[in-house]
This record gives sequence, C-alpha cells and structure tokens, in this order.
Amino acid sequence: MVGNDLNNHGVDIPPELKNQVAVTSLDKIYNWSRSNSLWPMMFGLACCAIEMICTAASRYDLSRFGMEVMRPSPRQADVMIVSGTVTKKMIPQIVRLYNQMSEPKYVIAMGACASGGGPFKEGYNVVPGVDKFLPVDVYIAGCPPTPQGLLHGLITLQKKIEQESIPNTRWYMKDPVPAIPVPLLGPDLFDPRKTDLIYAETHRPIEVVEEDKLEEGGQND
Amino acid sequence: MKIIGKGIIKGLSVTLNHFFMTYIDDIKTRLQQVPRKDVTRIRSSAEATGLFTIQYPEIQIAPSEEYRMIPFLVYELTETNERKYRCTACGICSKVCPTQCIWITRKKDEVTGKPVPQSEEFYIDIDKCMNCGSCAEFCPFDAIKMDHDFEISTYERGETRIYSKEKLGKPLDYYAKIRPVNFKLEEDERKFKAGVN
Amino acid sequence: MTDQISIPSEYSAIFDEFKEKIQLDTREKYFGIVVSADDLFAVLQFVRNQMQYDFLSSITAVDDFPEDKFEIIYHVYKSIGGPEIEIKVFTLREEPHVPSCVHLYPGAEFQEREIFDLYGVTFDNHPDLRRILMWEGFDGHPLRKDWKEPQFEEMVKPFKSRWPEGKGVLTESVNPYNDNVQYPAQFDPRGFEPETDQAIYKELQKITSDKPNSINTDQLIVNFGPQHPSTHGVFRMVAALDGETIVDLKPVMGYLHRNHEKIGERNTYLQIMPYTDRLDYLSSMNNNFGYAITVERMMEIQPAIRAEYIRVMMAEFTRIASHIWSIGFLLNDLGAYFTPALYAMEERELILDIFEAVSGSRMMCNFFRFGGVVRDVNEVILKKAHDLVYNRIARKTDEMDRYLTDNEIVRSRCEGIGVLTSDQAIAYSVTGPLLRSSGVPYDIRRADPYGIYDQLEFDVCTRQHGDVYDRYLIRLDEIRQSLRILKQVITKMPDGPVMNGKVQYNTRVPAGEMYGRVEGPRGELGFYVVSDGKPNPKRYHVRAPSFINLTSLAAMCKGSKIADAVTILGSVDIVLGEVDR
Repeated sequence: MVGNDLNNHGVDIPPELKNQVAVTSLDKIYNWSRSNSLWPMMFGLACCAIEMICTAASRYDLSRFGMEVMRPSPRQADVMIVSGTVTKKMIPQIVRLYNQMSEPKYVIAMGACASGGGPFKEGYNVVPGVDKFLPVDVYIAGCPPTPQGLLHGLITLQKKIEQESIPNTRWYMKDPVPAIPVPLLGPDLFDPRKTDLIYAETHRPIEVVEEDKLEEGGQND
Repeated sequence: MKIIGKGIIKGLSVTLNHFFMTYIDDIKTRLQQVPRKDVTRIRSSAEATGLFTIQYPEIQIAPSEEYRMIPFLVYELTETNERKYRCTACGICSKVCPTQCIWITRKKDEVTGKPVPQSEEFYIDIDKCMNCGSCAEFCPFDAIKMDHDFEISTYERGETRIYSKEKLGKPLDYYAKIRPVNFKLEEDERKFKAGVN
Repeated sequence: MTDQISIPSEYSAIFDEFKEKIQLDTREKYFGIVVSADDLFAVLQFVRNQMQYDFLSSITAVDDFPEDKFEIIYHVYKSIGGPEIEIKVFTLREEPHVPSCVHLYPGAEFQEREIFDLYGVTFDNHPDLRRILMWEGFDGHPLRKDWKEPQFEEMVKPFKSRWPEGKGVLTESVNPYNDNVQYPAQFDPRGFEPETDQAIYKELQKITSDKPNSINTDQLIVNFGPQHPSTHGVFRMVAALDGETIVDLKPVMGYLHRNHEKIGERNTYLQIMPYTDRLDYLSSMNNNFGYAITVERMMEIQPAIRAEYIRVMMAEFTRIASHIWSIGFLLNDLGAYFTPALYAMEERELILDIFEAVSGSRMMCNFFRFGGVVRDVNEVILKKAHDLVYNRIARKTDEMDRYLTDNEIVRSRCEGIGVLTSDQAIAYSVTGPLLRSSGVPYDIRRADPYGIYDQLEFDVCTRQHGDVYDRYLIRLDEIRQSLRILKQVITKMPDGPVMNGKVQYNTRVPAGEMYGRVEGPRGELGFYVVSDGKPNPKRYHVRAPSFINLTSLAAMCKGSKIADAVTILGSVDIVLGEVDR
C-alpha cells in the first residue's frame, strides 16, 4: 500500500534511468520509516489488554506491521495503547509514563472504556476517557474490540502519520513541549490545571432550595 | 541413561518440530495449489498445523453470524425512496440497556399532540455501549439489530460518537446479508402471523 | 422463643452452648443466626475449634438504610465438605464497631479492610486497618446507600430521562466540572498536599530482618509498580528487601476498581448479567454461571435439561482456555520469552471461535439467562467441539507436558519455591488449584454440586507438595479432567428446548438472600444477593477468588528472592478484574 506512493513524487525520470534512480520526498520517506516501525508500550490495564495480547500472538500477528516487540519501558516505546478502564487511582501513573516517553509519541485509546469511560462511566472511581488528560490520536470502539478491529485502528494511525510533514511537527519546534502536570489524589481526583474552576465551584455561596428540589443529585458533602 | 540437559533437549525438539512444520505446510499447500479460501478455513479449524496466521487486512476471517457490535436500526425503502423505520418508540430497548446509552424521543402528532408510534429522535452513545445485545434480543418489532462492522476507528470523539438516527439506519437487505439464518426465521414468522390474521 | 421455630441441625450445637445469647434470623427466606458484637468472637471460636468449621468463605456487609443498622455476615464451611453456617452481626450506622476475627481466620484480613473502606465499619484489633480499594484521603464511604456518586442521575435504572423524551448528551456534561469528580464544600485546592503512601512505608519499616550482620546494612523498600511486565495487570507489591531476600511484602490493589457492586445496586437483575462477564475476563461463561444459579435458587426455578448440559460444556471449555493461558503466562514470567504462551494461545483461539459462534462475542459472552441459555448449539458447533475435544486438545496438552515438565530450568526454578502447607491454605481461605495443590481435596463441583455435576464422572485432582511446580502440574491435570467431562457431555446431550418459557426482561425475585458459589478456574466464585421484592437487588456482592488468594502471597514470599516473587505471583494466577471488581 505504501510502495507505489513512495516513489511517485511527480518528477519525470527519463526512461533509460528508471531502473536506477528513485526520487521521493523527504517527508514521505521520513513518515514511511516512522509509521512502519512503531513499538508499542506494554500497557494493558483490563480486558482489552487480553485482546491486545491476542493481537500480538500468532493468529493476528502484530509484527507484520512493524510492531516487533512490546517494550515495558516508556523510554524505548513509540506508541502507548491505553487498553482498559482508566481509574482515578491509576491516572497519575499513566500521566507520568506519558511524560517519560520520548518524542515522537502517539496514544491510541482502545476500547469503549479508554475512549469515553465505557460501561463503567457512572462509577466513582472511573475517569471518563483518557483524553481528559492525554492527547489521543486514534479512538477504537468496541467492548472489547476484536483483534481485527485493533489492527484496523493501527492502520488508521499509520495513515495519520503519513500525513504529517517535518516543518510542522511538534518535536522540532523551538520551545520544548511542556509536560502534562500529574494529577493528585485528594478527597477526589484533582487536576492541577483546573484549580481556579474548583475553587470557584466549592466556594460558591449555597443558595436556599425548596423542599421539592432536594431529590436531584449532584454535589455531595 | 541419564543425560544432563535431557529435558531441555526434549523441549527444543518440540520447538524445532513446530518450526519445520511451518515451512513444510506452506510448501505443501503451494504444490497442491489449494485455493486461498480453503487454506484460511483449514488454518482456523482443529486441523491446523504449521502456519496459523490470518493476514489481515488482505484476508479476513468473516465474523460469525451471531457476532455483536454497535446496534443499527432497520428501515425499509418506500416507493418515494424515503426511509420507513420499523421502530415504534416503545422504549423497551432503552429500558433494558445495562448502561442506559439509548435515548429515544417519541414523535407527537402535529395536530392533536398525541403520541404516534414512531421515533422522532434516537441516539446511541457508542462509547458507553458494551455490545451486550440485550436491545436486539428484547425488541418486539425486530427494529434494532446488532451490526458486524468493526472498522469504525476515528481521530476524534465528543459529539461525533453519539450516533443519531440518520447514522444508525441501515436497509433491510443489509440485515439479510449479514444474518441470513435469523432473517429467514423472522420472515417466516411474520408471514405466518400475517397468514393467521 | 427460639425453640418454637425449628432449628436446622447444623446450628443445634451452637444453641446448646450459647443458649439465649443468639437467635435465629426469622425473616422469610433468610438463613443463619444473629449474635451480638460482644459475643461474636466467642461464637466464632466455638464454631471453629469445637465444631471444626475451619474454612471461612466470605464476610460481607449490607446497609439497611433507612433503618439504622449495618449487617455483617459470615459464611463458614468445613474443609471436608458440607452445608454452611451463617452468622450475622448487627451494628448501628453511627459509630459501627465489630471485633475482628483475623486471629481466628487469617483469610479475613483483606475482606475486613474492604468493609472498612467501602462502609466505614471499624474492626477492633485488626492488625493493619487501612483502605484497600480506594486511596487514603478519599472522602466518604462509597457503598453506603446515602452516598451519591458524582454522575448520579437516579437511584435505580431504567432512568426516566431516556424515554419518552430523551436527548443524547455526554453524561459528564451535567457535572459542573465536566468530569466525574466532586469535592466537599470549602475545599481549597491551592497549595494542596496529597497524602502519599506514608502509611504503607511506615508499616514495612517496622519489620526488620533477623539475620545477624557483621556489616551495617540498610533495608530497602522497592515497589513492583502497577506498570510491570509480569504482574498480570495493574497490581502493585511493596517489598522490604534485605539484599536480594524479601523480608516482607504488602500487596496494594484498587487500580482497577470499577465499582461493580455499586452499579449492581442500581441495575435490574437482568442488566447485571453482562457486567459479570467483566469480572474475571478470562472466563466469562463461568461468572455468568455463578450469577445465574444464585438468582435461580432465589426464584426457585429449574433450568431446562438441555440448557444444563450446554452450561456445563461452556464452563469446561472456559476452564481449559483459562488454565492453558495461565500455564503459558507462568512460563512467560519464568523467562521463556513468549513461545509457550504462543502455543497456548493457539488452542485458546480455537475455543474462542466456538464461543463466538454460539454467543456472539469472543470474550464477553452474556450467554446465560435465568432458566436456561440464550440460544441453542447447532450441529456445526457440536462438530467443531467434537473435533477439538477428541482430536486436538489432548494431543496438544501432552505436547506441552513433553515440552515443559522435564525441563531442567523449569524444575530448578519451580520446585520448592513458594510452599504453602495445607493448614496454612485452609486458614488463609485459599481456594481453587492453589488449595488442591497443597493436598486438600476441596472442589465445589463435588462438595456442593450444582448443575448436573453430580451425574458426571471426574476426579478431583490434588498434589502434595504445595509449591509452584505442583501448581503447574495440577493445571495440566485439570485440563485432562475437563476433557473427560466434555466427552460425557457431548455424547449424552439430550434434545429439547433451551429455555423454559420466554425470557422476561423485568424479572421478579422474591425477597430473601442467597449465597451461591461455583468452581471457577481460579477458585470459589461466590455471589451474595439480597432482594427486597423490587426489580433491583438490595445488595449484590461478589466473593472473588483471586482477591482472597492474595492473602497468602506475603506468607509464601517471605524469605525468597525477588525473582521468585514474580514466579509465585504467576502461580497464584490472579486476574485484576476480579481482585478489584
């Protein structure tokens, strides 16, 4: 799927040189080499992790796509496949691991739980989607997505990488990319980027409500 | 005779056997020119030896008939090419859904204001759906069924992952194509009931 | 008073000893005896020592809101089999105090911590009473009935806002922070310092190694963190090390706590069934089985006979798939980088093909209903199952045996490591292959039969040494016994309907309580359901085998090296969906 596009830059090559010269653009070859050797980080949280391991097994082989090994260390990995429910107790660790990955890095949210909370969204210990804290590149739906669905999501990510261009990437900018602040565990999960909003909300003067409105849910102290 | 390392050698012989079988199996199927469909069928059954890989996306294992993914609404096309949905907005699917991810607004007659058995709006949040199939199982009108299409990865989410009625509708012949056995059983039952009446 | 109602025979000895201090629970369809908190320790001591009920199966709590009490319920069994004894204690909601029974039954440690965490009941004389599933500093006790979660909409499902006037919105948009959080009033986030894990590190520093040292050395505290290639999920162990030897080890869980029980109280009975798939996600058919038989016993209905055979067939296929996966991953932890796991996963894929053809999904099957199963097993599927059972799995299991069992590296790394004696195993409430490899032949399919297991021929596998090597061998034995059961089921399956009547979506369960248990691949999976006649359960609790098997982890790991801790954890075979629910 890539081979033809790589050499097809629109430059006319004289016919006697066609077998000896190949012309391509720097963007294309840079993106081709990056998208075909993404190494995932071994990061399975819950049931979707089992389907991820089945994708890496012999029936649906991940190493055909260049994801040769799964590295447990974030320093050596390119893509983080968040597979499974993200809970409030675990999210500080996830954000720390994301900050430790070196650029270029991508995030795939696999499954309904990582995309948007999933069936457990109404729980008190569940973060409704990992994109509340991390920038996600591809969302894969399913509960759990079958290995073929995960492979389709990976091909979608490869297509996205092939659209990038070197002058616009975030890791070649002048200023370094700021790290995401790690959330803290207080009386509930506390995102340091939202301090003002939380302060304004908890210090709002309490209005007197009539008796028949007391049944509605919401804040609780 | 006790050889040191006998257990390891026995184990390595098993691994070597698997290794050679992958080549022997491959060469045999090429020499006998077995068609690709049969190769896939044999590789995903109990007679598989040698290679076990099914190469997605060029070759795909079709999901079985009962496979459940996001639901869809069945409609039939009228003569004027309008969609006539089978759904009557009875609300059973939204009551049975374990995650409460189905929202239905019942249509009201413009003149009298009384409820009409059609749905005006129908939403499903696919990031809450757990693909359990209860909505399809308990629908009394065969109006909502489970889809087979798993290739729905996107680059962003938000309101785009709440599917509205337009996006959820798929024609009746699509349903007959993906679930032929169930379709035939339901059509026979409909004809029987229509014949009795 | 109590003599007029007939006392069941197993409780008569307790009544003779304690006479007026205890009474029977007289509510209809409730079982057991009620004691006061002051007499609890004496009653439990009598039941354990004099009556030989030495196996504590589960402790759980029920919130009787708006009445002003909590109930704490104990289920004890004999390790040689037999009916249960159920003991209840009532305590007030204001300042609940109950004496702890950890000194009698050490397996109660984690369960009492869980009740403290989720209900706020204090257990006096517990050695280490801290929160277990939520973090220190969390505000409130979540499972109380008057505690509302941040995205609370209505008390029970189905919600009225979905029909007939329903507009699809993202659920977090009704929360003022656009997120799933809530804070107490007057909480000041500026300059907030969270409590870190100081409590756990202080506990570990108290224990010092007793080896005499000529060099002055320090003890080191190391986290086997939640993200680790070998911990089978998000599980953390905090170890105090002296060189390479582990002095003490404390497990930390709750990284996958998904509020299964709170969601269960909001759901109707049929809506809980797909959630039980996600408990032990490697063996979803078994979880469905346990929940289905519990509610069927409460409703007093019998499933169709063909459905009983189909249920056993699915349960045994699940057992084979789960055991072969765990053998593959035990070898992965030992360092055989992925090859045995790949061979194991081939077999599992073929079994998952059967599940997909029958129920619609490879892993989350949602196949059982109250009174039968969803749909029938047709000829094609039976032929596939027949091929697997007769032609393939036995041959491949023997191949794994030939490949791994005599391997010198496996033997030297697994024999004698992580020994658990039979007395320790019973005291720590361990169940499943872990208990049977220590020599105790307790299998619920024989001790307390359910389904048609009393008509099938199979052996209960046991091994004598109780180390890691025996746990590997016993899983191979159990696969062979499962194949034996499958051969009987496939040949003898009767014809008939798979469901008695039609499935109703609003099941009515009469008021009462029930504790039903099945033998899962990891141990005894129990469901405790309390109903008050309404469409939603009043209390729904899961007795998870992996959670309680972890009580023995510290005892097994003390004195071994770090590398052995990983192997021992692999042989305990935990699944985090069950541990944290």
